[in-house]
This record gives sequence, C-alpha cells and structure tokens, in this order.
Amino acid sequence: MTATATRPSPPSPRRGTRRRRRAGARRTREMWLLMLPALVPVALFSVGPLLYGIGLAFTDARNTRNHETSFVGLQNLTDLLSDGDFWSSFRIGMIWAFSVTALQFAAALGLALLLNQDLRFRGVARVLAVVPWAMPPVVIGLMWRLVYHPDAGILNSVLGTHVNWLADFSLALPAIIVVGVWTGMPQTTVVLLAGLQGVPKELYEAVEVDGASPWRRFWHITLPQLRPVIVAITSLDFVWNINQFGLVYVLTQGGPGGQTRLPMLFAYEEAFRYRFAGYASMLGVAMAIVVLAVLGLYLWRQMRETR
Amino acid sequence: MKGTARPGEKEPREKRQGVARRVPQYLALAAYIVFLAFPLVWLLSTALKTPQEMALADPTWIPRDPTLSNFSDAFGEQDLVGAAGRSLVVALASAVITVLVALPASYAMARYRSLLNRIALGWVLVSQVFPFILIIIPLFMILRDLELVNTLPGLVAVHVTFTLPFALWMLQGYVRAVPPELEEAASVDGATRFRSIVSVVAPLLAPGVVATLLFSFISSWNEFLFALVVLQDPDVMTLPLTLVRFTGPEGVARLGPLAAASLMATIPSLIFFAIIQRRLKSGLMAGAVKG
Repeated sequence: MTATATRPSPPSPRRGTRRRRRAGARRTREMWLLMLPALVPVALFSVGPLLYGIGLAFTDARNTRNHETSFVGLQNLTDLLSDGDFWSSFRIGMIWAFSVTALQFAAALGLALLLNQDLRFRGVARVLAVVPWAMPPVVIGLMWRLVYHPDAGILNSVLGTHVNWLADFSLALPAIIVVGVWTGMPQTTVVLLAGLQGVPKELYEAVEVDGASPWRRFWHITLPQLRPVIVAITSLDFVWNINQFGLVYVLTQGGPGGQTRLPMLFAYEEAFRYRFAGYASMLGVAMAIVVLAVLGLYLWRQMRETR
Repeated sequence: MKGTARPGEKEPREKRQGVARRVPQYLALAAYIVFLAFPLVWLLSTALKTPQEMALADPTWIPRDPTLSNFSDAFGEQDLVGAAGRSLVVALASAVITVLVALPASYAMARYRSLLNRIALGWVLVSQVFPFILIIIPLFMILRDLELVNTLPGLVAVHVTFTLPFALWMLQGYVRAVPPELEEAASVDGATRFRSIVSVVAPLLAPGVVATLLFSFISSWNEFLFALVVLQDPDVMTLPLTLVRFTGPEGVARLGPLAAASLMATIPSLIFFAIIQRRLKSGLMAGAVKG
C-alpha cells in the first residue's frame, strides 16, 4: 500500500514551475480544508488524550476534582514493579493473550481450510463463522454466562457436573479462554480464508503433477503463501486480546479473587474505582511497551526468516 | 479437484481416497458447527423458556413449554426500552456525523497523495496498539471539564472519534475506485470542481457511504467500554450497559427476559452482516490485511 500511495508524480520540468507551485499550494490548502473536520475530533479526543495520558503516568494524578497534581517522575513505575497484584494480573494477561491468540489461530486455520474445500454444509459453517463477529461483545458475554450458569446452564447439564465454572479458582481462566477463542475465531477465519483463496492455483497444479501428498502441499505451498496474512492477523489478534476488556468484564468482572483480572481490568479498577489516574496510566504505558516489544520481536523474527 | 482432467483409469482410486479423506473432514466440520452454534442455540432456548421452567433443575435443550412472553417482558422493562432508544439515538447520530466528517477527508486522502496520508494510516495502526486506558482516563477528564460526562453528546463525540480512522480508511478505498478521469471529464465539460465532485463522484460513492454508515452504526450500537466510563448514571445508560446491569445478582427468574433482550440487541448487527457478508470474504478483509 505505502509503495503505491506515496510514489511522487513524475516531474515535468518544461512547465512553468511557478504556476505549478502556486497550484500546489492551493491543492495543499484544499486538502487541509477537507481534512480539518476529521482532524479536529481525532486531535481533541484521541491524539491529545493519548499524549496527556502518557504525561499523567509520571504524575500522582487522582481521578477526582480538586486534587493538586504534581510530577513524581518514575515513582509510579517503581510502585508498579513492586505491586504483587500487578504481577499476577500481568501473568494472567499473558496466559490469556498467548493462549487465546494461539488457539484462535489454530482453530481458524482448520476451519478456513475446511471452508476452502468443496464440502456440503459449508454454507452453514460460513454463516455461523460470521455470527460471533456480528454479536455485541456484551451479548456474547451474557450468552456464555447462560451456558456456564451453575443451575440453569447447559454445560453442567450436558456434562452431568455441578461446577460453578466462572467462580471456580482454577476453571475460571480456562473457561473465559474458551469464550475468547469463540469470539475471535470468526474474524481470523475470514481473513485466513481470503488469504487461502488468494493462493495461485497454478502452484498446486504444479506439485499435483509431482504427486505431492496433501500434507506436503499444505506445508510447502499453502503455509509459505499464507505467511504474510498469518503474521498480520496473529499480530492484530494478540494486540486485541491483550487489550481485551468488555468481554471479560461482563463474564467475571475479573473474579473469582482476581483469577481472571486481565491487565486492562486491573487498570480500569485502579483508575475508576480507586481513582489513581497516574498509576493506571503508568500501567497503560507499561503494557504498551510490552505489546510493542512482543510485536517487534515477532515481526523481526518473521522478517529474518523470510529473507 | 474439479476442473482438472484426469485419465479415466485413475478415477476409482482417486475417488476412494477422496471418500477416506472426506469423512474426517466432515467430522471436523461438524465439530466446528457444534462449537460455534451451541451457545447460540442455548441463548435462543433460554429466551423461549417460562420462568417456572428456568427454576427447574436439569435444564433441557428444547423448552418444554415454549413461550414468547420473555420478549414482551423485556419490552415491558422501562429500563431496557429506554436504553434501546438511547442506543438508537447515539448510534444514528454517530453514524451520520462520522460519515459527514469522513467524506471530505477520505476524498482528500484518496486524491492528494501526501505525508498526511501516511500519518493518518499510521494513526490507525497506533490507535490499535495503545491500551485504551491511556486514552480513556484523560478523555474522561476532558469530557468532565466540558460537562459532557453522563450526556449522550459526550458519548457520540467519543464514538465518532474512534470510528473515524476505520471509516476514513473504508471510504477512501471507495473514492480510489472512482477513476479521476471521470472528474476531469466533467471539468472539461465546464463543471466546477465542487460540482464535478457532487454530481459525478458522490453517486458512485453511494454504496461506500451506506457501508460506512452501517459500520459506524454497528460500532456505536455494540460499544461497551467508552459507554461504561462516560455514562455512569443509570438514567442515561445505553443498551449494552443496561443489559449488564439487568443481570444483577445471579437471579434465575430474570434470565429469560435477559436472553430475549440480548437476542433483540443483536438484530441490528445481524442485518448489517447479512448485507455485507459477500463483501467480507473478498474486498474488505483482504484489503484490511494489506492495509
């Protein structure tokens, strides 16, 4: 995209440069005028707050009126790094983000491969694969609460158990991971399917002549061809998962005993229940750094391997 | 498999292999369908059960005495109806404003190639990576200073801001698809630049505008987190917030109306996805990955 979008128009040295420059200035003015209505809200409610938020991380700001805010340097960071609650939330967040992303990818790849075959009932699966994407996250959360409900839920009834899934210390996290996979799988499937359909047929025909097994075809043609799509969607999934909030908030509110308190839920509580705005902002900064580091490492390794 | 001509003698072996391969494939497909469908079926089943049946132990898949009373009960809940109305207002306002603001900007992005373009695209990516908490705390403070906390215009402003990057990106794809030659032809015919945009470009953009309107509407209708922070007074809450409050302490009796209301809250998105489903597979998402 960037390569085509930014290619400069070929220079035409013969024409009068002054006239061109004036026309160029007019075009620039026009462009700014057209962009302005979009730039104002983005600057006011998005870029501005982001920079402000990064600034807050280095203060003792409280989320209340009439509080004298002062600069405290890295105090919030040292507090954060010695906060046991943060570390357990961080650990849970990492387990959640990595396992949901990995399971989402594996499940979505399997489904995409199936949907790419000429199977009957493919249409049913195709429609179903889009439904979770279309549902409001809150409804997804409520629906799964009905599934996991200790008395009225279907899961206990099917398994013949009497487990309070979302309130069990060791089962709550796996239970919400399943919901995370269910929620995010469809989008990943659609993207991978689009990628699969973009693999040139000639490549398969060429190896078909050599009598390559389906497994070899998958390993040597499909996967390498899909690689850019896979890298893009798993990166996005990871970012979305680590920043997940609404779904888990509706399911468990971080309980039981903080067993499903993802970093964003922790930050939300710090900011809006205990009103430690500066501390919560530092938590946001720390998470942004972690996400950028993980993504950077991942993309760097992928680039190195393709070279 | 189709379309590749094979020598006739090879056919039987191919077919047998095919069947052997097909069985596990169908089993896998069935497993996926079950996994994807069962929570949905359960939601529907719960929505059709009477309160008496909800109280029984050993819930069953198929309601013993199916009823639509949960749906009418949900309509009888003042909170839910009011919240749905507010959600509708917020989503409509957000969608219209987003498109009005994005339309000129997307035209500029598509037609004038400049640094700003790259910055805008970069911002779309950056805004994905940064945790919301970094934005939402200062945003809350700004809205509080503007007296917009607990007001619907405040939430609309936030929704417009956060739908804009993707809406811009969607729309400029549609603008790009309109050949600049058409505009040039119009201006050769004596039309002013503005006129040529209005009479030539705008009609061709109609499908893109509809898609963007729908997308923005759904994003706002479904949105939970910003609403949670901006609207703290139950009297102004939107539907997702009210649904969550509606659950309250784990009372079994209200689960039926809750399921019914949840189903109804999903209808707008389902309509949207039914409309754009064909596009999803090809253009939209293929582009999303490249972008």
